[in-house]
Amino acid sequence: MTFSQTAARGPGRRLLLAGIAAGAIARPAVLRAQANPIRIGEINSYTAQPAFLGPYRNGWLLAQEQVNAAGGIGGRPLETVFRDDAGRPEDAVRLAGELLNAERVALLAGGYLSHVGLALADFARQNRRLYAASEPLTDALVWSKGNRYTFRLRPSTYMQAAMLVEEAAKLPAKRWATVAPNYEYGQSAVKWFRELLKEKRPDVEFVGEQFPALGRIDAGSTVQALERMKPEGIFNVTFSTDLLNFVRQGNTRGLFDGRSVVSMLSGEPEYLEPLGEECPDGWIVTGYPRDDLDNPTHTALRDAYRAKFGDLPRCGSIVGYDTVQAIAAMLRKAASTETEAMVDAFKGIRYQTGYGTGEVEFRALDHQATLGAFVGRTKLEGRRGRMVDWRYADGASYLPGPEQVRAWRPQE
Amino acid sequence: MEALAVQALNGLASASSLFLVASGLTVIFGVSRIVNFAHGSLYMLGAYLAWTFVSHGPLAELGGFWGFWGGVLLAALAVGALGAVLEMTVLRRIYHAPELFQLLATFALVLVVQDVALLLWGADDKFGPRAPLLRGSVEILGLRFPRYELFLIAVGPVVLGLLWLLFHRTRFGILLRAATQDREMVSALGVDQRLLFTAVFFLGAALAGLGGALQLPREAVTLHMDMAIIVEAFVVVVIGGLGSLPGAFLAALLIGELHAFGILVFPRITLVLVFLVMAVVLVLRPHGLLGRAPGAPPAGEQSPPLPRPLPRGLALAAAGALAGLLLAAPFLGDYPLILLADFAVFILFAASLHFIMGPGGMASFGHAAYFGAGAYAAALLLRHLAAPMEAGLLLAPFAAGLVGLLFGWFCVRLSGVYAAMLTLAFAQIAWSVAFQWVEVTGGDNGILGVWPSEWARGRLAFFYLSVLLCGAGVLLLRRAIFAPFGLALRAQRDSPLRAEAIGIDGFRIRWLAFAYAAAFAGLAGALFAFGKGSVFPTYLGIPRSVDALLMVLLGGVQTVSGPILGAIAYAGLQEQLARLTELWRLLLGLVILALVLFFPRGLAGALAHWHDGRRERRA
Repeated sequence: MTFSQTAARGPGRRLLLAGIAAGAIARPAVLRAQANPIRIGEINSYTAQPAFLGPYRNGWLLAQEQVNAAGGIGGRPLETVFRDDAGRPEDAVRLAGELLNAERVALLAGGYLSHVGLALADFARQNRRLYAASEPLTDALVWSKGNRYTFRLRPSTYMQAAMLVEEAAKLPAKRWATVAPNYEYGQSAVKWFRELLKEKRPDVEFVGEQFPALGRIDAGSTVQALERMKPEGIFNVTFSTDLLNFVRQGNTRGLFDGRSVVSMLSGEPEYLEPLGEECPDGWIVTGYPRDDLDNPTHTALRDAYRAKFGDLPRCGSIVGYDTVQAIAAMLRKAASTETEAMVDAFKGIRYQTGYGTGEVEFRALDHQATLGAFVGRTKLEGRRGRMVDWRYADGASYLPGPEQVRAWRPQE
Repeated sequence: MEALAVQALNGLASASSLFLVASGLTVIFGVSRIVNFAHGSLYMLGAYLAWTFVSHGPLAELGGFWGFWGGVLLAALAVGALGAVLEMTVLRRIYHAPELFQLLATFALVLVVQDVALLLWGADDKFGPRAPLLRGSVEILGLRFPRYELFLIAVGPVVLGLLWLLFHRTRFGILLRAATQDREMVSALGVDQRLLFTAVFFLGAALAGLGGALQLPREAVTLHMDMAIIVEAFVVVVIGGLGSLPGAFLAALLIGELHAFGILVFPRITLVLVFLVMAVVLVLRPHGLLGRAPGAPPAGEQSPPLPRPLPRGLALAAAGALAGLLLAAPFLGDYPLILLADFAVFILFAASLHFIMGPGGMASFGHAAYFGAGAYAAALLLRHLAAPMEAGLLLAPFAAGLVGLLFGWFCVRLSGVYAAMLTLAFAQIAWSVAFQWVEVTGGDNGILGVWPSEWARGRLAFFYLSVLLCGAGVLLLRRAIFAPFGLALRAQRDSPLRAEAIGIDGFRIRWLAFAYAAAFAGLAGALFAFGKGSVFPTYLGIPRSVDALLMVLLGGVQTVSGPILGAIAYAGLQEQLARLTELWRLLLGLVILALVLFFPRGLAGALAHWHDGRRERRA
């Protein structure tokens, strides 16, 4: 387990290179011109966020391998050039220039942190090149800062908050407190949760908020400060290390006893696995019930992933996998690597998600995919947590309507 | 009321953890004068090693009390041993390099440790087991409080007490205190300094390792622990007064309680609160709470040589290379042009920092504040007033210069590491303004759409523009170094008393130099903003300040062309290595280490030295 991630990464890339090399040698010269690959430039914060982006890249490579094994796009294989922005938007923009000009990629993809995603989106708009954003969650990417050349796959902050509000509104809790990392993602998650919950339940009140610095939570004090507000419900947006520390202190100090907790993303294996036996019971979360999601598509993906990388997929793996599937579907429709043709093809494109829950559409209206998430409750079983009572929340049902979107999104 | 009392206990627990790390740092600095940037990495290693010992291997099988506490102690000792090894293999070789140069070596170690930890332990956060006998919580004033935190509260004072005994009741401790006050005297009395220094590193590193290991039942072990703790530990050490253990303890208490109560009153500004307090403390007490002003430098201390221009042959070669580059630019691809424009910006940025570090003799850990001020000035003008690029580039240096005047007025009164840390405090305050003032600055999502005017949008045009402006900036900085102003600046650096005696107003000279450098950093920042099309708070972040510092140190502080070489070497290496391999941090760290060991005068210093040597042989 300890070494698996890095070990898996090496062979993945080597296999890819070997595959390309073998392909180039084996094919007769006549076919070689036709089989020149379609190159995708992928930029992500690999060294800054290795825990999330390792599995993401594995999912990406798995999908690419499958697409290529099925004959690629009109006979041309997909090929990806990965770059590490180290979590700095200015580096991401420089690398975008490098990928387009030196590596001659047809389109850009990737992004994990919201500000990196926004920087790449603005670069795409300025240079009129396609950018397929995979992970960034910020609403601005498709709404207030949306542009013709940017498409986003993952369900956004607004969508995830809306899914949780639906469940939170059913709870008896009236006094709510919020805890969120102090940056745009945390702030807008809290904003949407408050607004949407107030709409559904005018009787609730928000009694306080905590905004610990991202990655630097002072968990004991934060838990104590929340305890002091005497809330009946807690809305949590912290994730990663902050979540682990928050949960451990909260468990020890009994913060969660007799309180409802609603929590963004915490049902993803990325967070449940490191939590181990600290996993709290009965939190309402969005996530990915990997081990119990048994439908033919997902089971096949899970098995293929395990066979290739010796590990189980995580939520990021599905995002990586889906991004490639969506790009492949778009390329098939566009039948060209001209940016404008690809942009037109991307609008309204449908592909089958690796979750196995059916088709996902990239809305022509705002370039947001209707990929959903799973909403359920956490439960500690043995020494690890899992999601129970879950259902798939289709993203299409949690997006605002056309009029609202037009009001937010700049007209082109 | 009960809740407030418990909150105070939370603060005490954090303070204890912080003190363990800070005490190691302050002991190391006190004796060796090394600003140990890798201290956070040692802390992180302590936590990871403890995790391994406690949950894998023979101790884990033993389990129970000894399994856990044995693992924690073993981790601390292992980190101590590692610290001693680092001292013997790396730092010992560069004690005689210019001040702060060792910082470069310790930063390289940070990079190496980051990748090594990732390779050894994987990317996932690790949760350690809870401590035996200290699981669960006790009821205090009707609120549940973890037993382990109570234990931690006790650890701080106990360690302080033990250190006090060590320093006051043992021969080793007395020698350490003597070395803190006067290294040369101790060595003249026949004490083996090398052994002393190695022992100090062992002690400091073991304290850091213990601090990390003790976090195991409390916090997840992550790859970000090093950076999270190191800045805070520095703040504690500086607020307390460099080299002062009781000071560090007092400062840790202050910071711990500040965090605990700060989030009740201002839940959004926890991070900057610490820096605000540091700024206030340093402005009121320039040597920290319990620090002592260093005595006058020993009479025999050699003042560093004057910066001098490149030897003629090398200067001609450099000019030829530049001319060739300008002529060849139209035939280069787009990407090399983007890269070269970036290099031009970094050169100006590094040169501006060098101006205050080299001739000025003031280190700055927060030079990114002025880079960011220029970038934000240009971006805000564009966004709120629709001012074109030309106006932005024209006004950015003035905006950054004004910020430099404001911050500099406080900073240049201090000296050495205190001054550097005050610049860091101001940079962090500026950062948090950019980060928090969402309505104006866009917060962490930044300001987008900061693109150049139509005529400069092509890569080639923008490259020429960058070279023109950065070249002019570097020449103006250089001009100032050799002008009477620069001579006065160097005079007050080398001999403050004599300079004052001939009527040079040291404060005023330093203040103006600080603002002058800030203005050019601002120009670099504005150019960078237009090159990237967007501005983010990361432009004023600590990593960018550190980048500039590394470029200057790598190039050589006491040379004029150092920052140019250093910027090209550092940015170029990073760019090439990152494209080459996933493990670029490891490689970059090793390369920097090699450069530090082989070229202790920096790249330009080594070049000039080599040139001199050749000329002497010929003569």
